Amino acid sequence: MSAGTRLAVRVAEVVPVNDLVKRFRFVRRDGGPMPAFSGGAHTVVEMDDHGLRRMNPYSLMGDPADLSGYEISVRRDDAGRGGSLYLHRHVRPGQEMVISHPVNLFPLDRRAKKHLMIAGGIGITPFIAQIAQAAAQDMRFELHYAARSRALAAYGGTLAARHPGRVHLYLDDEGQAIDLGALLAGQPLGTHLYVCGPKAMIAWVRGAAAAAGWPAAAVHHEEFLAPPPGEPFAVRLAASGIDLTVGPTRSLLEAIEAAGVAAPYLCRGGACGQCETAVLDCDGRILHHDHWLSDDQKASGIRIMPCVSRFEGRLLVLDR
Amino acid sequence: MGQAFRDETFRDDFSFRNSPAAIARFPFPFDRDDYMYAVNIEPHVPGRPGSVFEHAFDVDEHYVAEMRERAMVLAEDPLRCQSLPHMTLAGWDLLELIMEAKARDYPDWFSLDRAGDRWHWTNRPLDIEQTFTFLDDSTLPCGPLEYITRQTQGDFTLQDQREDNLWMEAGTVTTQADWSLDFDLGMNFFEWHAPVPLAHERGIFDRALKFLMNVQHGAPARRFNWTMTVDPLLDTSPETYPKWGPSRATLTPETIGRRMHLRVELQTFFRLPRSNALAFPIRCYLIAFDDLVTVPKWGRRLHRVIRDLPEELAAYKGFLRNRPLMVDWLARYDDGAPTSPGWWPD
Repeated sequence: MSAGTRLAVRVAEVVPVNDLVKRFRFVRRDGGPMPAFSGGAHTVVEMDDHGLRRMNPYSLMGDPADLSGYEISVRRDDAGRGGSLYLHRHVRPGQEMVISHPVNLFPLDRRAKKHLMIAGGIGITPFIAQIAQAAAQDMRFELHYAARSRALAAYGGTLAARHPGRVHLYLDDEGQAIDLGALLAGQPLGTHLYVCGPKAMIAWVRGAAAAAGWPAAAVHHEEFLAPPPGEPFAVRLAASGIDLTVGPTRSLLEAIEAAGVAAPYLCRGGACGQCETAVLDCDGRILHHDHWLSDDQKASGIRIMPCVSRFEGRLLVLDR
Repeated sequence: MGQAFRDETFRDDFSFRNSPAAIARFPFPFDRDDYMYAVNIEPHVPGRPGSVFEHAFDVDEHYVAEMRERAMVLAEDPLRCQSLPHMTLAGWDLLELIMEAKARDYPDWFSLDRAGDRWHWTNRPLDIEQTFTFLDDSTLPCGPLEYITRQTQGDFTLQDQREDNLWMEAGTVTTQADWSLDFDLGMNFFEWHAPVPLAHERGIFDRALKFLMNVQHGAPARRFNWTMTVDPLLDTSPETYPKWGPSRATLTPETIGRRMHLRVELQTFFRLPRSNALAFPIRCYLIAFDDLVTVPKWGRRLHRVIRDLPEELAAYKGFLRNRPLMVDWLARYDDGAPTSPGWWPD
């Protein structure tokens, strides 16, 4: 992330979608078109939550052909660290905000003969943009979307109406569930599988695909991790000569930034690898929470992803 | 138009020359007196006015002649431009990027008028007018990648990004330093770099790949590469090796200053927005030794770099045979004085 890749925007619209989800539309303050993007991309929204700086990634859910604005949908997480609550409670139309240029860690593989998409809950958002792009380019796709109830299946009705026969809804409270075994068994060769949703769903779909012999390269998932809270810990930034303490609900990356040290980042969710930092000294245990480092790297204790990982012990020194 | 485009050739009589202004702005790639591989990547931001970094896509006095040369190469060998089916959208992304940049940076020469998806493109130096529908392949005379790269100096490859790697799956390559798009098409980042000596062991490619996969839209990057070419040949390809390879055995102390050229590649990296592909424009600049040593700092420094280069690199870059001749000739321009840091002339 660099300063040249941020966009000065204004909130054009805030729309309640259901009891848990609000949609936010951003337009450029200078009136120009937004940068083009690809389905599956996200933006990092910067928030000034009463003096506390929050930066959360959200999938872009608009049609990539429409560059007049970006749209995100945010599910309120009452038990979370507060980013979604801030957006839900305090962000109003007309408010000026800063968001990042789009970054795509969940793109469609355009070689696929067919795109099989599985969404759970708010995990629907990247698929809305992907489907708009796929439909415009006559790509073959099929969406299977599970939600707790019809009322909470955000955009399910619209998508089903717009793409008849290609969108399938599964509602928990009506006793419906995806028959994953049959679904995976019935796909043509060259199908690519995409899943976005709760952690358990992603593990379920990836596990079933692997067991059914799907090639790993044909199975794609996106999961942004919120930095988990934990015990406070101290850290020394060797290159900057700074000692700091990471509070229970702050991430290490946020604490580094708050100390005035510029650190690289992109997704802030443990997925992209950009914030990887060398550990110079460690007397204790690194609590790795990321998807980036290999198991061997995690065990070696010489690398850490400060966007989501924490530490417990006596001493942690980073090359930052 | 402010700047004349030279009428010159890159084959047969080799009438290519750099004007004094082109020599003064030549992108000399050595910022110190020795050279070793490094991940020498920096942001591709607008640089000094008049330099090759001033604009995203530099258009110089060789533009029209280089495009004529490209058309000849493509006529002889159409496989120099290829795009796998899933890369068409990336071709449109590149077309948009280049048309927007050239119309913005060189309004006297290029213009782009857009009414929704209906676009009108004007390229005055090449006398081209084209109305087309953005993202509709049937409205251009050829694919979008071929269309725009026939009007833009430098080679281009387009990389799909998947499986934690980059895959070269489209490109137009006619001004290359002895590598083949037809051979490399479909390879990943490590496969197409496999022939490069020393850098793998140094972990250069692991770090470079990681950087490139995170190049963001709106934040392009750049680096230099370089080699040597006998005679101002843009097309030094494996396919045509029998035509140009033997010329390396014909240099003499009398002809080396005129015939030996430092070949500099300005490589840039752009994230493409709609396809999420990564574009690698590879722009080639040539300068004859005779012209290069008119800048005393460059003559001194090039002598030291060539003299001290590891043998593996001299072999890989194809001038091991001529190195003694080059070092002897360049030594006349190295009085041993210290050189200033950085690559700009003093």
